[in-house]
Amino acid sequence: MINLHFSGEGFVPPSTNDFNLPPIFENIAWLTKPVLLVFLSVILVSLFFVISARKAAVVPSKLQFAGESIYAFVRNDLARDVIGHDFMRFVPYLFTLFTFVLTNNIFGIVPFLQFPAMSHVGFPYVLALFSFFVFHYVGIRKQGLGKYLKDIAFMPGVPKAVYILLTPIEIATFFLVRPLTLSLRLFANMFAGHLLLLVFIMGGEYMLHDSHLIMKIFAPFSFTFGIALTFFEFMVQCLQAYIFTLLTALYIAGALADEH
Amino acid sequence: MRTFNFAAEGEKINPLIPHTAELVVGAIAFTLLFLVLRKAVVPMFEKAFAARTEAIEGGIKKAEQAQLDAQRALAQYNEQLSSAQGEAARLRDEARVQGAAILEELRTKAQDEANRITAAAHASIEAERQQAVTSLRNEVGALAVELASKIVGEALDDQARQSRIVERFIEDLEKSK
Repeated sequence: MINLHFSGEGFVPPSTNDFNLPPIFENIAWLTKPVLLVFLSVILVSLFFVISARKAAVVPSKLQFAGESIYAFVRNDLARDVIGHDFMRFVPYLFTLFTFVLTNNIFGIVPFLQFPAMSHVGFPYVLALFSFFVFHYVGIRKQGLGKYLKDIAFMPGVPKAVYILLTPIEIATFFLVRPLTLSLRLFANMFAGHLLLLVFIMGGEYMLHDSHLIMKIFAPFSFTFGIALTFFEFMVQCLQAYIFTLLTALYIAGALADEH
Repeated sequence: MRTFNFAAEGEKINPLIPHTAELVVGAIAFTLLFLVLRKAVVPMFEKAFAARTEAIEGGIKKAEQAQLDAQRALAQYNEQLSSAQGEAARLRDEARVQGAAILEELRTKAQDEANRITAAAHASIEAERQQAVTSLRNEVGALAVELASKIVGEALDDQARQSRIVERFIEDLEKSK
């Protein structure tokens, strides 16, 4: 899948082209590896949580406890602590967001899958768009369209002269910066992380195949560093899933609050 | 939006431009997952949480109820105990009073009996004395008559006369006393 970049002319570093994988079947253009991985994540996450939640026992089994712990983390530490009162409405959305992003991120270091679907910007765009609609919808429902927009454009409790500066910033923040940063943060982290792993693993491979002995000797260092970075990537993948969900919760909380 | 005419070697691809298919797939996949989790997972976990809270709070409530019951029972026992003690004291006092009354009654009865016996003894002694006096009187009379007849030599056989003489004699004796 990833064409190895060693030819006679020396090492060709991995580039953005390495993320553009060809279709799995020649004649089904849309069915690429990330698309497959995204569907796989839906199946895996659904199966895991449906099976672990099926009994809903007071004394949980190990499986139920595992599923419950993740759910409780999103429910209590993200939804309840950030949104507060009336948080239960948003738990299903935040829970889906967290598990979906987390699973697709972790696919980046799962052997044989080894591709973070979120490094394809289309998926983070969609998720950020959903979050964008959710928090604006919540704010409009809560405060009415007019008051909601007015509070965004003209933040209450600010001297009038400041509006010249503040109003464009606030409008840009709410309608452009938030969805963009939400999606690009996730995308860039996954993209860069995967690229980093590619550099060290493919670099090691290149060095191993090189005719010089010195290069062969140093190849294991490159692989070792690649493995160390894999652990680091795991941390980043979890963190990004957490941040995406946390920020969405914060935006919802902000839209629900009476004053921004 | 970029479609799937793949970049030729060397051509740079802008990674910030999404595939249309990925937008659609992402939306569908996320929505699917959302529906599944909302329908089958969130309510079940919430149910488990609620049941757990219920179980814990129920346990605490039950324990509190048991403690309350125990305290009430203890108070009841204490009350019963003190009332029993009071009852016992009352009974003891009553018994003492009754005992004293019985003793007094018995003493009175014994005294009466003693008096009665004493009186009877007196009466019987008096009767016996009377009898003795009578018989003595007869005997003394007879002896005296005998003595007199011996002295006088004249037999006073007639009983009636004899008696009269004796009576007179004794009366004289008594008078002269």
